[in-house]
Amino acid sequence: MKINITAKPSSTINNKTGGWRTYIPRTDFKKCIGCGTCSRVCPENAIKMVSGKNGLKPKTDYDFCKGCGVCAEECPVKAIKMELDKK
Amino acid sequence: MKQILEGSRAIALTIKNIKPAVISAYPITPQTHIVEDLAKFKADGEADYEYVRAESEFAAASIIEGASAAGVRVYTATSSQGLLLMAEVVFNIAGMRLPIVMTCANRGVSAPITIWNDHQDAMTVRDAGWVMLFAENHQEAVDQHIMAYKIAEQTNLPVIVNVDGFVLTHTYDSVVVPDAGQIKKYLPDYKPKKGQYLDTNNPVTMGAFAAPAYYMEIRQELHDDLVASLDLINEEYKKYHEIITKTRKHENTKTRKHENTKTIIDNGLVEYYGSSRPKVILVAMGSVVGTIKDAVDKYKYPISLRRRGAGGEVGVLKIKSYRPFPADEIVKIIKKAKYIAVLDKAITLGEMGPLASDIKAAAQGKIKAKIQSFIVGLGGRDITGEMVERIIKEVKKGDDGVRFVG
Repeated sequence: MKINITAKPSSTINNKTGGWRTYIPRTDFKKCIGCGTCSRVCPENAIKMVSGKNGLKPKTDYDFCKGCGVCAEECPVKAIKMELDKK
Repeated sequence: MKQILEGSRAIALTIKNIKPAVISAYPITPQTHIVEDLAKFKADGEADYEYVRAESEFAAASIIEGASAAGVRVYTATSSQGLLLMAEVVFNIAGMRLPIVMTCANRGVSAPITIWNDHQDAMTVRDAGWVMLFAENHQEAVDQHIMAYKIAEQTNLPVIVNVDGFVLTHTYDSVVVPDAGQIKKYLPDYKPKKGQYLDTNNPVTMGAFAAPAYYMEIRQELHDDLVASLDLINEEYKKYHEIITKTRKHENTKTRKHENTKTIIDNGLVEYYGSSRPKVILVAMGSVVGTIKDAVDKYKYPISLRRRGAGGEVGVLKIKSYRPFPADEIVKIIKKAKYIAVLDKAITLGEMGPLASDIKAAAQGKIKAKIQSFIVGLGGRDITGEMVERIIKEVKKGDDGVRFVG
């Protein structure tokens, strides 16, 4: 047995599920008003609001974003576009 | 010490001497006597294992799966519908690479309800990733159980030892059951590797989720390890006989009555018995091989032609290890013959006998002999010497369609 098939506790995070994505959300930060809706609706908790010089802006963790598109659907100013994720 | 024992009793005594830590089972004919004996040993204070009477075979398999995951040696036995009810756990055990040994007292599968012997139950789990051994007689069943633990604990592959229900489990024969001391010389105590079992000091998750990026490699490794275990099974067979049966060899191996028909090849994977220049080879597994050996002897010297050298064109190939499938060993032996009759006590309905299908695949492009599938002994139908002789005649003529003989 070369492959280890047991897993350590809390090691699920090592499994980067971003690879499941077909469409990738791209955020237009000029349109974004920093309301945080995308961060709240993300079912994977993959969007964090981080403060920068233009106030709070969303940061998407593409290691775990599965490309469901809920953020793009819910964005009140249509700042997020879903594009084909070319690998 | 040689004893006259019921097959089930011989297996139960062997398991007692192997000293598993946990046994869990649910009774089902014809496995019952094995687990009844094991429960009684425990109740009588002759054994130290935990004996868990489960509420179903699914539970029994799950209990030993959990116990094995906790890092101890375990055992269960089942038959027929019981094995089918275990099926999901059987796949899990192999996938989790738990070194579990189980006895299948082979029985047909419903419907119609049958309690009698055939191999249909074992064939339903042949793709699960277990090593599958088939025993011809009581002694081989005892020996294979001990070897099974050694193979399982070295390779992290589970092993099913198949014994024909009633034919072996409920009959009495002379058999030597090695004692615990002898077994320990061959089979050391089981010590799982760190990080590969459930341990509160070193917690791990077993049987976890594998995304498409990993699943296929894990399955391929299971296949590769199973194939690679062919050599180990052979090696362990040699080691076992060196360490355990050396002392009983002179009393145990009787040469058969005709000196020209004899065992030519005998290893951990296959046994070939019969003519050294065969025209017809019969291939089979389990207890029926004994009947075929007698028929081969008789065929060599038909009553009308009782002179030396007449006939002598038949041999029988016994498959001991069905999974992993010893394709090369088999081809090496059957390529000498013109006609191969494969006797299956099971059928993949709508196709042919599973063993016949495997042998055809192994022979593909390597031999030109006719390979024909014969279905025999379903649901406990007796397989007689005359039937075997009929098969020997039948395989030499006509097409190679599936034939039911019974």
